[in-house]
Amino acid sequence: MKDNIAAEPFEIKDYIRLEQMPHFLCPGCGHGIALRALLWAMHDLGIDKDKLAVVSGIGCSGRLSAYIDANTFHTTHGRPLAYATGLALARPDLHVVVITGDGDCLAIGGNHLIHACRRNLNMTCLMLNNEIYGMTGGQVSPTTSSDRYTTTTPAGNTEPVFDACALAAAAGASFVGREVTMQVNSLKDLTARALEHDGFSFLEVISDCTEIYGRKNDLGASPEMMLSQKSSMRPFAYRNTVDVPFRPNALKTGVLCQVERAEYGAAYREMTAGLRKKSEAE
Amino acid sequence: MSQRQNLQGNHACALGAIRAGCRFFAGYPITPSSEVAESMAAELPKVGGTFIQMEDEIASMGAVIGASMGGVKAMTATSGPGFSLKQENLGYACGAEIPCVIVNVMRGGPSTGMPTRPAQGDIMQARWGTHGDHAIIVLAPASVSEAYSETIRAVNLSESLRVPVIVLLDEVIGHLVETVDLEAIPGDADTVRAFATGPREGFEPYAVTEDMVPPMPRPGDGYRAHTTGLTHAPSGFPTQDPALAEAALTRTTDKLVLHRDKIESWRVRDCDDADLLIVAIGISARAAQQAVKELRAKGVKAGLFRPVTLWPFPEEALRDVVAKSGARAVLVPEMNQGQLVLEVERLLTDRCDVHALNRIDGEAITPDEIATRVQEILA
Repeated sequence: MKDNIAAEPFEIKDYIRLEQMPHFLCPGCGHGIALRALLWAMHDLGIDKDKLAVVSGIGCSGRLSAYIDANTFHTTHGRPLAYATGLALARPDLHVVVITGDGDCLAIGGNHLIHACRRNLNMTCLMLNNEIYGMTGGQVSPTTSSDRYTTTTPAGNTEPVFDACALAAAAGASFVGREVTMQVNSLKDLTARALEHDGFSFLEVISDCTEIYGRKNDLGASPEMMLSQKSSMRPFAYRNTVDVPFRPNALKTGVLCQVERAEYGAAYREMTAGLRKKSEAE
Repeated sequence: MSQRQNLQGNHACALGAIRAGCRFFAGYPITPSSEVAESMAAELPKVGGTFIQMEDEIASMGAVIGASMGGVKAMTATSGPGFSLKQENLGYACGAEIPCVIVNVMRGGPSTGMPTRPAQGDIMQARWGTHGDHAIIVLAPASVSEAYSETIRAVNLSESLRVPVIVLLDEVIGHLVETVDLEAIPGDADTVRAFATGPREGFEPYAVTEDMVPPMPRPGDGYRAHTTGLTHAPSGFPTQDPALAEAALTRTTDKLVLHRDKIESWRVRDCDDADLLIVAIGISARAAQQAVKELRAKGVKAGLFRPVTLWPFPEEALRDVVAKSGARAVLVPEMNQGQLVLEVERLLTDRCDVHALNRIDGEAITPDEIATRVQEILA
């Protein structure tokens, strides 16, 4: 998937739409770090931005596509993977990246996630997990930690929490990874590996929502939140990828799953080419 | 050489789409439209196209829009409950002006209703199913050959005007098998969407052009444009500026008014001297056609006005036909509780009496029922 290897040092202004600045993210929001890591990884891999298609859903994460100097599609809530599936099948020459959030990807869009994992079409899905519906005012999401306060869990969250990576791996994703925004270099390298992967790659980025989630739960400012996220992770050093369906106390980071499996687009094109050859011979 | 064959309405939709250059189909199984998907799964690979059965109705609509945003002509097909599920993404295609064709084979409703029985209950949903004001085209074939030719026209209108087009069949037309010669049906496969050309500098993806159809930036062509379902400025980026917001929505609706001659299509039969005009679509129009024939044989001056383009309704055409014939009454037979009749009443207020004939029991309206009602009205 490398178009050319970058010789120049990474400059973020080469990859964002400066005219769209200032961005609308809150001070302290981790999403900007994830965006920077994506663009940096793209630069390192030498991906041509004319050939990059970024498809996003709805929510704070959904707004990031507008800031990227590429072919960008801000779609409907929960559906970016469905749009991206059509785009990637119709245009296998494009690098397709989906940017989504925990609510967008795991709640309203959950069905599309598991089937995208199963299908293994060539694209990268970046799920920015800030444990909250930030844009709509801080409602509980499928990844909100236990007992946390949100505007729809005024007495604390009593619902169990999804482990998105366990879900993606169980559904057949051929590349699954997780990183926190505190570890910028590791996040960039992991994103690059996901982009390079031939097939469906899923990346969970642990992001922080300081203004809404942090404030409501007295989690401190952004640095405190990021440090606490980092300390609740452990770099992955074990062979097993999925131990329990719900989130344990210490989450693994790094590449959690990587398997060689037929990429769906190529498999489909091979099948149809065979059919055409057969019908021509007849 | 004649290529006459027996063909089903649903299959005709698939073949028409391929003839018009459709190369992507995403769908989900649902009665009574599944044959469209089955036909596409078999035929698209032969022409280098892509078929995918998605995980649900919502995803199939999303995938179709995604493929079309990539520059490929794309279609889906569904029925009743599936059409309801597609509405949000259909609205995205309306707002962002993404060409796509949706075949909706109507069945009894509401909800799961009567999946294998015919109905015409989605006439208003086809026009107003997604939220907010929006422009959309709905075509209503009344035969297998028309299912073919109107699907070709649907692809072409959608591509040339950047608007979603619904092909609205009822279950009878969808499952009807008729003998057709597809080679003899004219169909233009050359309609190419206007893609952006020229320098990227200063390019605006939603600029106001003379024909009100902005050329579409294709990924990979160097424009690196932004597409969103949010109300957008000519730049493609979201805006809440009142003047820009109003202009954006107005252009998409004015676009269809500007191109009305190209969009509107209707058929008339025995209208010139008619005392009573029947206005009907789909299988109800087929029954009406037979009723008119039988009534004329008895000396009753009945005529048929059949909108092939259902939305935007060919309103001037209907008013002209009514004025020229001097008809004193209009009858609207339809398989619902009265949807098309509302539009006809709106158009003919103070011009003539408008009567309804409705059936909602899962059976098609018969020519006898229509003929009897016509004679009652004229008595």
